[in-house]
Amino acid sequence: MTRIARLLGAPGAVAGSFVLAAVLALAVLAPLLAPYDWNATSQCRRLAPISAEHWFGCDLFGRDILSRVMYGARFSLAMGISTVAISLVFGSLLGVSIANCGGRIDAIGARFIDAMLGFPPIILAILIVAVLGVGLWNAALAVGISGVPRFARITRAATLALVARDFVEAARSVGAGRMRIVLRHLLPNLAPILIVITTLDLGSAVLFTATLSFLGLGAQPPTPEWGAMLNAGREYVRYAPWTMIFPGLALFLTVMAVNLLGDRLSLVLDPRQRGRR
Amino acid sequence: MASRNCLTVLVRMFAIPIVHTMQIAARLFSAIVTLLITWTVVFGAMRLAPGDPVLLMLQGTPISDQAMDAARAKLGLDRPFVVQYVSFLTNAVRGDLGDSFRSRQPVTSLIAAEFPYTLQLAIGGFLIGVLLGATLGIVAGLRPNGWTDTLCMTLALAGLSLPSFWIGMILIQVFATQLGWVPVLGSGLQALVLPSITLGLFLAGGLARLVRNSIIDVMAQDYIRTAYAKGLTTVRVVAKHAMRNAIIPPLTLLGIQFALLIGGAVVTETVFARPGIGRLLVLAVLEKDFPVVQGVVVLTTAAYVLINLAIDIAYGIIDPRVQA
Repeated sequence: MTRIARLLGAPGAVAGSFVLAAVLALAVLAPLLAPYDWNATSQCRRLAPISAEHWFGCDLFGRDILSRVMYGARFSLAMGISTVAISLVFGSLLGVSIANCGGRIDAIGARFIDAMLGFPPIILAILIVAVLGVGLWNAALAVGISGVPRFARITRAATLALVARDFVEAARSVGAGRMRIVLRHLLPNLAPILIVITTLDLGSAVLFTATLSFLGLGAQPPTPEWGAMLNAGREYVRYAPWTMIFPGLALFLTVMAVNLLGDRLSLVLDPRQRGRR
Repeated sequence: MASRNCLTVLVRMFAIPIVHTMQIAARLFSAIVTLLITWTVVFGAMRLAPGDPVLLMLQGTPISDQAMDAARAKLGLDRPFVVQYVSFLTNAVRGDLGDSFRSRQPVTSLIAAEFPYTLQLAIGGFLIGVLLGATLGIVAGLRPNGWTDTLCMTLALAGLSLPSFWIGMILIQVFATQLGWVPVLGSGLQALVLPSITLGLFLAGGLARLVRNSIIDVMAQDYIRTAYAKGLTTVRVVAKHAMRNAIIPPLTLLGIQFALLIGGAVVTETVFARPGIGRLLVLAVLEKDFPVVQGVVVLTTAAYVLINLAIDIAYGIIDPRVQA
């Protein structure tokens, strides 16, 4: 309770949670709330401006942008969360395992992780998309994999600090196996740091997957994903700026909300971060 | 006593330079290992990519089995995997990255033609990013937890959260289309303004946070108190004493900045339809032009690793306290 109170003790975090809750509600309730079908085209409504019927205007195919932005929340959140989940699960398991094994395995593993960090993340993600082919889930997978080395490195460093502690030695001396030590003793102690890096990463993951969609490497038309919508509206911006304003604004607000919350969370959960940002 | 001094001189003359040289050699070795691993990953990834290279090259033109075999032999695809791998590595080191499937031109010359555009953009974006990031960071760090701090750090967070492709489109719409202040297309300095701002905003947010933390550390140092004690004004203390010291640590993270610049360049070049390496990479992925994808990735990882190595070595020389 005190932690939640402290978490919400800053106006930024309150605003962030409010916006994020709204985006979540839109994503879940999109079929009920959306005024039109996200994929219903209409010749006579092509690039229709903002009006009482269409609050956000219409796109090139006469589709209602408000409805598409609402459905887009589903894609952006789902892609962001699954991306971070991939990085978190594989990265932390890799980091904990090699640190717990120690010796040569740890040395080689650490070397490999360092080498993988030699890829700028977007380059690694684009390389993976080139292999898997373009598409929504391939892009999410690519961004997720490109985050694995970063998570693995942080988890490994944190685990090495834990392994030297007495309680791990005690568990080992009463005969606990490697798996048991990892699952019952190391991972619970790593939870705070994992939560922090996950939330700090979520915002950039949402942004990153939307970026790939904007580049044409992620979600493909007619999927109402925000990055893909911006890409589709790119050529008509001169005549219909609303095609780009609203999907972009939705993306910006969502990422900002996640970042505000992540910042506050890292402050509350990580005592070393107090007084810093 | 004399022999003791003599020993000290000997240690200073030989042992310390030897240790330094060995440290640099160790860093060099680890950079080479990193490159070897990344290039191996690139090679493996490109072999996993779907589609036969010869068919991709022909783009649907029918071909006889004989001609197919001849083309495969020419590309070296009939050779054993290990031989292909070794020749990929040796060619990459020599700067030979194969020919594009589409234009049939050497990948190296394609990249060389695009490089100046990306470099211009990177310099412009970097200058704006540093200027903006440093200003926000210094203003925030001078009064930690005050309202200026909250405002600047919220702005920095907004910068980190802004989709750069979106802000790029808004800049085009407002300053090029509506106001007509700058051209959208073209190669002059004017056409570089909006792309540089877009890329600069992308960098500024992260940099502002680093500068803020760094200036908080610096302002707590004794020499700042001394400067104040001499009766200097705050402006002078910050400008002459704090700023120089506070800006160095974030700038040594240039390696990270480089990774961000590459990412930002890919997006910025697409939004502004500018030529450049990022645009080349995205188009190559969309057109399944694998030699170009491979070439761009090989070169950017090399640049990334080399920049980090150079910074490591330079930092070790400038600041002998850094030993790791």
